[in-house]
Amino acid sequence: MRRLLAHPSLAIGLSATLLFALLGLVSLVWTPFPIADIDIGRRFLGVTASHWLGTDNLGRDMVSLLMAGTLTSFLVAALAVGIGAGIGVPLGLLAAAWGGPVEWLVLRFSDFIFAFPAVIVAILITTLVGPGAINAIIAIGIFNIPVFARVARGGALSIATLDFVAAGRLAGLGNTRIAYRHLLPNIMSLLIVQGTIQMSLGILAEAGLSYIGLGTQPPETSLGLMLRDAQGVFLIHPWLTLLPGIAIVLIVIGLNIAGDGLRDAIDPRLRQGPTNVLA
Amino acid sequence: MSLLELSGLSVHFGTMAAVADVSLTLQRGERFGIIGESGSGKTLTALAISGLLPEGAEMGGSIALDGVPLPRSEREMARLRGKRIGMVFQEPMTALNPLMRVNAQIAEAIALNPGEMVNVDVAQLLAEVGLEPRHGERFAHQLSGGQRQRAMIAMALAGQPDILIADEPTSALDMITQRMVLDLIAEICERRHMALLFISHDLKAVAALCSRVAVLHEGRVVESGPVAEVFSRPRESYTQLLVAASRFVMPTLVRQPIGDALLNLDKVTRDYRRGGVLIWAREPVRAVDAVSLQIGRGECLALVGPSGCGKTTLAKIIVGLDTASSGQITLSGQRYHGADLPQRLRRDVTLVFQDPFGSFDPRLTIGRSLAEPLRLEPDLRRETVPARLVEAIEAVGLEAGMLERYPHEFSGGQRQRLAIARALVTRPKLVVLDEPVSALDMSVRGDVLSLLARLQAEFGLTYLIISHDLDMVTAMADRVLVMEAGQIVEEGAPAQIFAKPQHRLTRDLVAARLPEVG
Repeated sequence: MRRLLAHPSLAIGLSATLLFALLGLVSLVWTPFPIADIDIGRRFLGVTASHWLGTDNLGRDMVSLLMAGTLTSFLVAALAVGIGAGIGVPLGLLAAAWGGPVEWLVLRFSDFIFAFPAVIVAILITTLVGPGAINAIIAIGIFNIPVFARVARGGALSIATLDFVAAGRLAGLGNTRIAYRHLLPNIMSLLIVQGTIQMSLGILAEAGLSYIGLGTQPPETSLGLMLRDAQGVFLIHPWLTLLPGIAIVLIVIGLNIAGDGLRDAIDPRLRQGPTNVLA
Repeated sequence: MSLLELSGLSVHFGTMAAVADVSLTLQRGERFGIIGESGSGKTLTALAISGLLPEGAEMGGSIALDGVPLPRSEREMARLRGKRIGMVFQEPMTALNPLMRVNAQIAEAIALNPGEMVNVDVAQLLAEVGLEPRHGERFAHQLSGGQRQRAMIAMALAGQPDILIADEPTSALDMITQRMVLDLIAEICERRHMALLFISHDLKAVAALCSRVAVLHEGRVVESGPVAEVFSRPRESYTQLLVAASRFVMPTLVRQPIGDALLNLDKVTRDYRRGGVLIWAREPVRAVDAVSLQIGRGECLALVGPSGCGKTTLAKIIVGLDTASSGQITLSGQRYHGADLPQRLRRDVTLVFQDPFGSFDPRLTIGRSLAEPLRLEPDLRRETVPARLVEAIEAVGLEAGMLERYPHEFSGGQRQRLAIARALVTRPKLVVLDEPVSALDMSVRGDVLSLLARLQAEFGLTYLIISHDLDMVTAMADRVLVMEAGQIVEEGAPAQIFAKPQHRLTRDLVAARLPEVG
């Protein structure tokens, strides 16, 4: 743990991310004002004692909206990473452990999914079942599948040539057990790093989908939806657009820095030290 | 004045001293050997001389070239490198740029180090290291290991250096190529009157090439002096240990007589498909070509041959990691072709891998890795597993407490012992040993081989040893098969086959053998 925190970028990125995640989690139990509380008379208030960041065009408290919106963004992105990793990683391991036609199928399948950006999938789902946060999760999750499949396959392929995998096969382990016992634990660090990066991409994608109206729907809120609500009054009240925008930027930067730091901390080749030069 | 003088050289990483107080001198035209095992600091010493120490390393003491201390600035050092000091590294595949033709790389080395008097050109350098002009047109991956190392030497020679530093230049090569490269280095040093700093763990190579030697142990010079003196009358106990380890002295053990055939190979052939489909398909590569052989119960059979002759492929087929394209194998009366080895017979054959560092999963404890093959015994009760593990780990001379530890906590020799323990845990009949000691330090090789011999006598094991090391084979094997290009070309008892080699390859192998030290 001390080794992890020795990387300044990781410490900064991780604490920024955790701070926002905590803000979001607090909104579950407490927000300064209920976010569905519409009070037209109190709209477009500036910074006041009771409304720390003012109110929006419907008189809703901006702090409360930001907190709830951050939670939605994190939730959507995390669940999407879960879907992507949950389906993509087994697919990638399948490809690496079996090889041959299985590998070909997995690769072509992920090419196929790659051809549909999250927006297209979201539009498809919206036309079928209507918009909503669940749709954003599914759309971004599907988009994550080939990413994880490729990372898992690449990592597993480089592990699979090592002798201990052959030793496992000699010990009568089948492909499934080889993948689960030997390949997966050894590519875990790769997957964690990729997960962090996909989190940040997921938050951006959720904001994008909500902004074009395919994601979260009112009275729920998300950072993207706040942007959409505020864009009409951008010239008069730029504050309302800037706040969620800055929040998105900070979260994404935090996650990216944390991801880079994790990679540096985990990758032994980038680790400082004399361990591999004492030949 | 000596050409190169190291006095009190030390290299530190933080508080850890990797090299401490190394002093040595190198005269013009002299060939000096540095002997040491992994972690002895021999490579760091070489890197310090060429100013290429890794980041985080602090250097103490002084290095003087012609009485002038080496410059500390990278710019001046870069000018010195190549022109005064040439380097040849261990692994020529990674030392050559994979995207540049050999010619271009040598030309670059020449352009960076313009000679003052003689004009060198690429063709001349290629000829000097024994490569033909057509080799210069190729990329690194299109050359053999020996050719790559020759290309590396040509690049080192481009700047007409006074000193050539060779860091284990032959340890990645097979016996015949090793001898050719060593002879080439000796010849070039002689002709150019160039000093050589030869770094190696191989006493025989140093004895064959160098006139003086320093023995490095844990960063310190243990002993130094003329080669003949140090190796024939070693004063320090560590040097004595190294010299003793270089001659494999096997314990004399009572072994059961060799019994009936345990394993029988009948015209086993393995073809590898190359790219292309249907009519565009290229001729497949035949790695193993109609090999027939027989191993008796309790026998120790050795398979020797140069790299790429198909011996490892054959081993993989026998243990069931690969499948023969044609032919069949019979083990205890059961026929199979490789991967279709029946599950109940898998516990009878096992393989010990060459590289002890890749053969254990870094995320599993030794105990869990060792228990893995036990799943091949379906009627084994769970409660007896720990006892079996303890039995296996104690058989290889290690302690039961080590089962809880992780692979990175062990040295190379210990890991190889653990790999042997894993191979023995199912109480197999046939153990295939793929270069069992070639990745180990000299001083532990003898221990591992005696262990293998003891285990064979104790448990009546049958060994198939795959190697290119004739000394090891002579010490261990009852019978030797010589393999070339997928075919067995000669067969016989080691004493007889190496005294009177019949086939051209066997003669080359015997000729490439380096003389004993001392």
